[in-house]
Amino acid sequence: MITIASGKGGTGKTTVASCLAMSARQTVQFLDCDVEEPNAHIFLKPRLTREEAVSQDIPNVDRNKCSFCGQCAEICMFNALAVLADEVLTFPELCHSCGGCWTLCPEKAITTTRREIGLIKSGSAENIHFTQGELQVGTATSPPIIKAMKETIQKNSLVIIDAPPGTSCPVVETMEGSDFVLLVTEPTAMGLNDLAIALQVVRVLDIPCGVIINRGTDVYSKVETFCRENNLPVLMKIAVDRAIAEAYAMGIPAVEAKPELREDFRKVLNHIKGVTAGERTCCH
Amino acid sequence: MKELVVISGKGGTGKTSIVASFASLLTNKVMVDCDVDAANLHLLLSPKIEERHQFYSLPKAMINSEKCNGCGLCEDTCRFEAIKESTINPLGCEGCAVCSHICPENAIEMVDTVAGEWFKSNTTYGPLVHARLGAAQENSGKLVTMVRSQAAETAKKLGYDYIITDGPPGIGCPVIASIGGASLSLIITEPSLSGIHDLERIIDLSEFFGVPAMVCVNRWDICPENTEQIKKICRQRKIPFAGQIAYDNMVMLAAARGKPVMELNSRIIDEIIQVWEKVFEVLCPNMKV
Ligand code: SF4
Ligand code: SF4
Repeated sequence: MITIASGKGGTGKTTVASCLAMSARQTVQFLDCDVEEPNAHIFLKPRLTREEAVSQDIPNVDRNKCSFCGQCAEICMFNALAVLADEVLTFPELCHSCGGCWTLCPEKAITTTRREIGLIKSGSAENIHFTQGELQVGTATSPPIIKAMKETIQKNSLVIIDAPPGTSCPVVETMEGSDFVLLVTEPTAMGLNDLAIALQVVRVLDIPCGVIINRGTDVYSKVETFCRENNLPVLMKIAVDRAIAEAYAMGIPAVEAKPELREDFRKVLNHIKGVTAGERTCCH
Repeated sequence: MKELVVISGKGGTGKTSIVASFASLLTNKVMVDCDVDAANLHLLLSPKIEERHQFYSLPKAMINSEKCNGCGLCEDTCRFEAIKESTINPLGCEGCAVCSHICPENAIEMVDTVAGEWFKSNTTYGPLVHARLGAAQENSGKLVTMVRSQAAETAKKLGYDYIITDGPPGIGCPVIASIGGASLSLIITEPSLSGIHDLERIIDLSEFFGVPAMVCVNRWDICPENTEQIKKICRQRKIPFAGQIAYDNMVMLAAARGKPVMELNSRIIDEIIQVWEKVFEVLCPNMKV
């Protein structure tokens, strides 16, 4: 299970993830966990045949049983409940579904209902089994969707996961359980800044990792110095290329615009397989 | 006070470069970097940090092993699977505190955790409020709310009329925390199929929160057909089009040097100024730039 991540968006994460999947010589399970903005389908062009709703338990207060004591609101750390003189207001979009209110209500006045928070769509494209999650607009919490997606993973298959940007909860949820994290960065001060933060997350989770430098130029070599100093193998460099950017804009994957890249991506895959099989040393 | 928040459906659309450029075009404003997960604006504005504060997230659970009798009730109750054999995995803990309420031995305590830092700084272009969320910390929404309110306070104190916010990408909790109550959101997009896909979702989000939106296409000449498509979407959805900015390698160079592109000799400077004028017109209909 390989997760493709980067401190922030736009570094070419989706490009790398889809190119890796398209270069593999075996069946791949591909998960687009960037549930806020899933984009990989644009490049992989799967036929999406299944759709499943993801929902979350939220409280449902029975006004006949409620004594308006206010305990539920006090317990809720996420301000998802407010108790007035003769009314309990719920704010489902803030609820984390922790179960505190319905477990602890002294009057047993709270039951649960389900609220839909997103969708999981799946299908396939050639040798790729594809799954993507979609967060419903106006909903704040993506980890439950990511969790549900990861439950579809089949053991022993090659799994490639396109992670969401950032370094907080959704990314941690995505990376957890991965055998390898591939960090995509670009050679700018911003890229380096984000790489350093992303690396911290990977180190906290203690997962082997490597780097792909995208849009390489010669102006800025600090990223490579950083990788060397942190024992972080640079597995591939993709030169800055307007042709790739133009292909990207049209939804054409980089390996189709530049077929010679396919071999390079295969080498990256082989390296990762070596690391996860314990043949090579990794970043820690 | 007027607050302009610059957002994008996804990262890498050039949002931060554009915010930094706007910063050099307006004087009496405070800037905020709400992309607390991967704050970058400071890299282009070289701030001098004047105040540094710790940010606490929701307290996390901790089990006192002397009091714990190993009954396993907490493990059964935790809906985030953060407890295994009477030990708490801090990465899984969401701070809901249900375990601490339920524990018959009172063995679980909620402990404050430092989740990040936030700063008040000064730059050549004016004050900047920014933050840094610790790796693998949650609650970026809360930190965003914090930096935004600090920026508002700073602006009030200085008698400034404007706030320019560099928003986070996506449509999840940090963005939601960034745009609620803002005067105008400027959506930066790029003319790619994925850019178009994300655009519709972020327009929905702006509408959902009742914040008026405008759209600007960055690197429009990478794919002029898609740029036209974006303009069409804007017309259909009645979203004013703020303008388009061409692809220029100078932007990468400026980022590598840590400067707003306005300080380099770039052919896109005029385009940025035009976008800014359009935005300002909508932000303050009665004033001239
Ligand atoms: S804890 Fe139960 S009884 Fe008390 S206000 Fe909440 S729902 Fe009503
Ligand atoms: S389930 Fe938890 S988060 Fe949701 S309303 Fe109840 S106490 Fe609050």
